[in-house]
Amino acid sequence: MNAMQRRQVVVIGGGPAGLAAAVAAFEAGEKDVLILDREHQLGGILNQCIHTGFGLHTFKEELTGPEYADRYIDKVRDLGIETWLDTMVIDISKDRIVTMISPKNGLIQIEAGAIVLAMGCRERARGALNIPGFRPAGVFSAGTAQRFVNMEGYLPGKEVVILGSGDIGLIMARRMTLEGAKVKMVVELLPYSGGLKRNIVQCLDDFDIPLKLSHTVTRIHGKYRVEGVTVQAVDASRAPIPGTEEYVPCDTLLLSVGLIPENELSRKAGVAISPKTSGPIVNESFETSIPGIFACGNVLHVHDLVDWVSQEAAEAGKNAARFVSAKTQETTAAVSIQTGFGIRYTVPVSVRPANIAKSVLVRYRVADVYRNHCVVVKFDDAVVLRQKKRILTPGEMEQILLLKTWFDQNPAAKTITVALESEESQ
Amino acid sequence: MFDVIIIGGGVIGAHVARNLSRYDLKVGVLERATDVCEFTSKANSGIVHSGLDAVPGSLKAKYNLRGNAMMASTCEQLDVPFRRNGSMILCFGPEEEAGLKELYDQGLANGVEGLRILSGDEARALEPNLTNQVHKAILAPTGGIVDPFKLTLMAAEVAAKNGVRFLFRTEVQRVVRKEDHYLLETRGGTFQTKTVVNAAGVYADVFHNQVSATPLSITPRKGEYCLFDKEVGDLVDRTLFQLPTAFGKGVVVTPTVEGNLLIGPTAYDIENKEDTSTTVEGLKYVVEKAKKSVQKVPMHAVITAFAGLRATEKHKDFVLGEVADAPGFFDAAGIESPGLTAAPAIGEDLAKWVAAKLNAKVKATYAWTNKAIPDFEKAPVDQKAKWIDADKDYGQIVCRCELVTLAQIKEAIRRPLGATTIDGVKRRTRAGSGRCQGGFCSPRILEILSKELHKDPREIAKFGEQSTYLVGLDKELLG
Repeated sequence: MNAMQRRQVVVIGGGPAGLAAAVAAFEAGEKDVLILDREHQLGGILNQCIHTGFGLHTFKEELTGPEYADRYIDKVRDLGIETWLDTMVIDISKDRIVTMISPKNGLIQIEAGAIVLAMGCRERARGALNIPGFRPAGVFSAGTAQRFVNMEGYLPGKEVVILGSGDIGLIMARRMTLEGAKVKMVVELLPYSGGLKRNIVQCLDDFDIPLKLSHTVTRIHGKYRVEGVTVQAVDASRAPIPGTEEYVPCDTLLLSVGLIPENELSRKAGVAISPKTSGPIVNESFETSIPGIFACGNVLHVHDLVDWVSQEAAEAGKNAARFVSAKTQETTAAVSIQTGFGIRYTVPVSVRPANIAKSVLVRYRVADVYRNHCVVVKFDDAVVLRQKKRILTPGEMEQILLLKTWFDQNPAAKTITVALESEESQ
Repeated sequence: MFDVIIIGGGVIGAHVARNLSRYDLKVGVLERATDVCEFTSKANSGIVHSGLDAVPGSLKAKYNLRGNAMMASTCEQLDVPFRRNGSMILCFGPEEEAGLKELYDQGLANGVEGLRILSGDEARALEPNLTNQVHKAILAPTGGIVDPFKLTLMAAEVAAKNGVRFLFRTEVQRVVRKEDHYLLETRGGTFQTKTVVNAAGVYADVFHNQVSATPLSITPRKGEYCLFDKEVGDLVDRTLFQLPTAFGKGVVVTPTVEGNLLIGPTAYDIENKEDTSTTVEGLKYVVEKAKKSVQKVPMHAVITAFAGLRATEKHKDFVLGEVADAPGFFDAAGIESPGLTAAPAIGEDLAKWVAAKLNAKVKATYAWTNKAIPDFEKAPVDQKAKWIDADKDYGQIVCRCELVTLAQIKEAIRRPLGATTIDGVKRRTRAGSGRCQGGFCSPRILEILSKELHKDPREIAKFGEQSTYLVGLDKELLG
């Protein structure tokens, strides 16, 4: 076995989060940065996202996934940041020992000064939904189908029903159509889509693909290959309504029913995981419950746009660099951020005022569709912000900026609350 | 002319084949699927029963007890994961106590060792997640859990190494009895054999009735299960049964030998011998029933559901041995629970009887043990390092949920009776059986199968030939 190595900042995952974190750590002055990725190439899931729409906020242009990734990969190369590809991390310990394997280097253990978790997320599988019926070929998660079509050049089905209107499902409705399949419908359990508005327009409406809201798939037919699915309307409690069954012949069912941050390694290290996001609980520095282990991107919480991933990861990377040079004030007291009415979660969930320069960005998602509501931020009982929003949907990530001055004005505050209020209630 | 043809490559067929392969005989196994372990043997609870609930004096009782006693050594010989975790039979109120005592006495009559009746609190001390409803329990320390796929596969491999011919995609259409031999008609031609072992699962009655005037009647009894992530695999340590009552048999909550949690099965008769679909009602039933045994059924961690069909013969017992009015035709029929437990014992006896019929001699040398594909995930760090140093394919993870390497997948394909399908790789290596259910690794496994078998990716199937993944090239349908 190889001898234990010692590195300053170890970034796990070379997708958009890992790349941005590594660049930021390097630019913050820490030159000993190492990116680990299990694939043959950097870029992560962006490599199979060949559609455009990436980078509008960061680069003010519409890039494809691989183009967006390339901007960061070029930077990593220019800065000379070391990357180990085909390298799979199999364990992280709480004292930051990272165990990894690769065909080239065998099994290696590294004692890291700081770790940035950037492993991304995976798709929820059929089992999580418990759709009854047979277990034939032809049931794919949307991302698996995307890989077959975009990376391998094969079509996994001719007649397709898509369950779930998450962004990957919407993107795949268009892609499968462009590649010659017939997408019969997109079926969504909720009364609204979980995807971005622009994807509904560009991927469904433009191709006349019907979106059936408040419907679900209640049975998969076909013993060997999918032969059809039963689609059924659901009531307000999401239970199928008897008598509304419709048999839809198809050879493929694509599932776009949610993403789960991939935190198996984080759990091994003992990082505390939020039940709301399924990602690590972090403070304003994106530091997890274990000092020196940071998290960013979809492993932290599922994002809607890659731009926000890069932005968040840059903060995490910078803070990891600060940690190894011991500039983070670990001991200062933290103010916790609580969620009130209508807010599903916030990231971060606590802020140490001493670590804020001017402001700290808090991202959040809402729990339902809300029209004409205000986002209200309170420091204990003092309202510091009331922001009007015409529409808020769970599919789009929102953000608020907490200003340093608010902390200065409320030095004794113990909790910050973020909540929605309907405009009528004022 | 074969000396013996075994119809069916399930766990029974595999163990009969392994035992017969010791003899100087020409043995064939005809299997309609593309792999062994494709039907009932792949969709069951993997439980090694203690034998207390079999009717005393029945073949089920006899072979259960013997199979249970043989399981540790069989699994050691074949390198199959097995754990004697012990089982409990739970009752939920004073009104059920008499029934529990009756079952306990029956267990003693069957010769089950180590049985003990526990109070609810004693049971909860052993299994902290039991509900407070649990009133009393029988502890049966000889109960265990086994990997049903490997118990089948590893035995079949030994048989194949000893020269037994496995013919896949070979569905027997009809059995015809001749003067001193049998004809087995299949779409791929007719096979002649001196003797037949009928291990055809839910179809065993069909073949039996073609040669005998004393008919069998097998009704498929469906069992539906929910399988949970390893993350909750330690909810229980023992296999928890519920005392059968007038209101039904109850369901089992058990860890699997690989560390998952499993609940099920339902038990209801169906007509269609092919219907392995799960149902809304069935899945709801097992979850509701399981809540009676354990406090929290962690529904967030369900990774899949499946159904299997038990081959229930109308007399409710195994049918084993030479058919009286069809000399040379041997039944292994009606093999429902505890069939998996009994398989090593049934295999031993049937082979012995067939060999005696044919006056066969044991070969001077033959393979008897097997060595599993290395389990990378469970190996200690220094062992992992050694494996990668020796073969760099061990450094390439293909299935990240179960940490299965390229080396293991290649070996699964290259072994005797190697995997030819995605599900075949899964049963041999666990690649794709984790929490993402192949979402990540199935395209890669498809590619590896395609390369190793020199097949077009579009020909690679999930299991049967009709279950291919890919329908064409991008834009092919656009014309």
